[in-house]
Amino acid sequence: MKRNRITECNEWFLARFPLTKLWNEHMAHYYAPKNFNFWYFFGSLALLVLVNQILTGIFLTMNYKPDAKLAFDSVEYIMRDVNWGWLIRYMHSTGSSAFFIVVYLHMFRGLLYGSFKHPRELIWIFGMLLFVALMAEAFMGYLLPWGQMSYWGAQVIISLFSAIPVVGDELSLWLRGDYVVSDATLNRFFAFHVIAVPLALVMLVFLHIVALHEVGSNNPDGIEIKDSKDPWGHPVDGIPFHPYYTVKDLVGVGVFMLFFATVIFYMPEMGGYFLEPANFIPADPMKTPEHIAPVWYFTPFYAILRAIPDKFAGVIGMGGAIVVLFLLPWLDRSPVKSIRYRGGIYKKALVLFVISFIALGYLGTQPATPTATIVARFFTAIYFGFFLLMPLYTRWEKTKPVPKRLTSVHSLEEQLPALIEEITQIKPGSTEIGHPAFKSSFFAIRPNPKGIKNLISRLAKNVKGSLD
Amino acid sequence: MNNEGVDQSKRQFLTSALTVVGAVGTGYLAVPFLAQMQPSAKAMAAGAPVEVDISKMEPGQLIRVAWRGKPVWILNRTPQVLETLPTLDNELRDPLSLESIQPDSSKNPVRSIKPEVFVAVGLCTHLGCSPTFRPEIAPNDLGDNWKGGFFCPCHGSWFDLAGRVYRGVPAPTNLEIPPYRYITDTQLIIGESTEEESV
Repeated sequence: MKRNRITECNEWFLARFPLTKLWNEHMAHYYAPKNFNFWYFFGSLALLVLVNQILTGIFLTMNYKPDAKLAFDSVEYIMRDVNWGWLIRYMHSTGSSAFFIVVYLHMFRGLLYGSFKHPRELIWIFGMLLFVALMAEAFMGYLLPWGQMSYWGAQVIISLFSAIPVVGDELSLWLRGDYVVSDATLNRFFAFHVIAVPLALVMLVFLHIVALHEVGSNNPDGIEIKDSKDPWGHPVDGIPFHPYYTVKDLVGVGVFMLFFATVIFYMPEMGGYFLEPANFIPADPMKTPEHIAPVWYFTPFYAILRAIPDKFAGVIGMGGAIVVLFLLPWLDRSPVKSIRYRGGIYKKALVLFVISFIALGYLGTQPATPTATIVARFFTAIYFGFFLLMPLYTRWEKTKPVPKRLTSVHSLEEQLPALIEEITQIKPGSTEIGHPAFKSSFFAIRPNPKGIKNLISRLAKNVKGSLD
Repeated sequence: MNNEGVDQSKRQFLTSALTVVGAVGTGYLAVPFLAQMQPSAKAMAAGAPVEVDISKMEPGQLIRVAWRGKPVWILNRTPQVLETLPTLDNELRDPLSLESIQPDSSKNPVRSIKPEVFVAVGLCTHLGCSPTFRPEIAPNDLGDNWKGGFFCPCHGSWFDLAGRVYRGVPAPTNLEIPPYRYITDTQLIIGESTEEESV
């Protein structure tokens, strides 16, 4: 009797809302390539962090005051007097850095396996719009604590717009709502930060996923699994997203939360990188701190801005560093997607790009000394070279033949026992110590120099081989 | 839909006309929302002039006052400083202040009404940081070419003690000089350059 009621309720609901259809389309019958690896964790993690930011953000707004006179103190009030306020605030502030970490890794995955290439250009465009919205969200959120770094960071970034010829000064005045960064600026940034940009982010995530599920996920081999199907029309190399990848992603979530909790509880300021020291001083419009730098996730672009010794050109360079990412699907002319089958030039170019991105990120946190500026110019050239020379080098390079079906490599867990044996077991006949006591099998297990040497030389050969 | 007997060109015209009218309407509706982000009447009225008493300033001393929310510097320049200024002209981008913002009364080589009293808006013309006052000559961190001036910690722009920008730094123009005038010999008013303006 009771069971029937439930069934009836279900039927009533399903006749009015396509829940089963949606679930099947996007989870249970959504076929994803079976060879997803480590790099495929970061999409779902980005979604997790977005949920974290929205939830903690809602609770922070309950005690925060968007007023130039009250803002700084209200943040301290949250930290000291509100029950568990410190935890919610640290979850939010650490979450913003975590968001950028997972998003940068997610984007790097795209570069590795060509996930931005045909037919996934639109997914990449939506993803880039998400990245821009995320930067806007982070920038405006950083003004809200109304510390020294908040204030002068906003002053510098809004002044960037004044470099635009003709309309620049009017535009930056319009953005600030006052002649200097002031209460009006804080209030409107609050409005954008809690309503406008989060809405845009959620809508863009929706578009990003709809576009992804239309064409299907790419994979580390960069081949289309839809090209080979079984008699029932399912891709032979695909497995249903649920339960296979929901369970896999749960493992990723577990590991991520381990790191996330460690930062929240033991190093919420992360040595001044997640929360900068100058931001513990209330905003003072009369005095700039001795050394100002944006939060770490903006520093690569900030270093590009500083490297160019002209106001307008610097702003163009900084904006161009982001715009050029949008063009990636059309800059890359290589016929293959995955780095596994690309030629050596792209691999080396990607290594150089990663080095220059990290180096620029470091330089952006340091004071602008003449030497640092020259080094930053060098890496800026590499950054742009990677993208602007791409149409040339991806066309020239010799690619490897792409297989028809997904390949499998031996996982590290499978290889590990043999490797451990090679570097720890002394084989008979090799360098032996004469004493009979050392002949026992117990003493045979100790570091084997010859095995280690073999392993290292093989590793070096592999690295060299994979770069060609 | 049955498209038989439909006058396509009329339908096309009506669709276009409606689109245009709708776009114009949306444009008009957007105006109040965009305009409300302009500085409010209160923010515009807040730019009242500020009076400063400089009778107690020592030679070489710098004081900061707030005018329209911006830092304004008043520096008492020593004779040594005034001697150094003309020797820097070759290293500067705009030594005669032709492209920079200042009232006519300060458009001269030392950029002030009285040579010894220098008044300027303390915001870098690059991206609006407030430069630090570094009067010492050739300090360790800035090198031997430093003859005293203002150094912007944000992006490394150099200005001399007349607020004139050096070559090869990101700031495009000299520091802005606000309108100001003397009420008495030791009293300044910042924010108006002639008495008529105060009326």
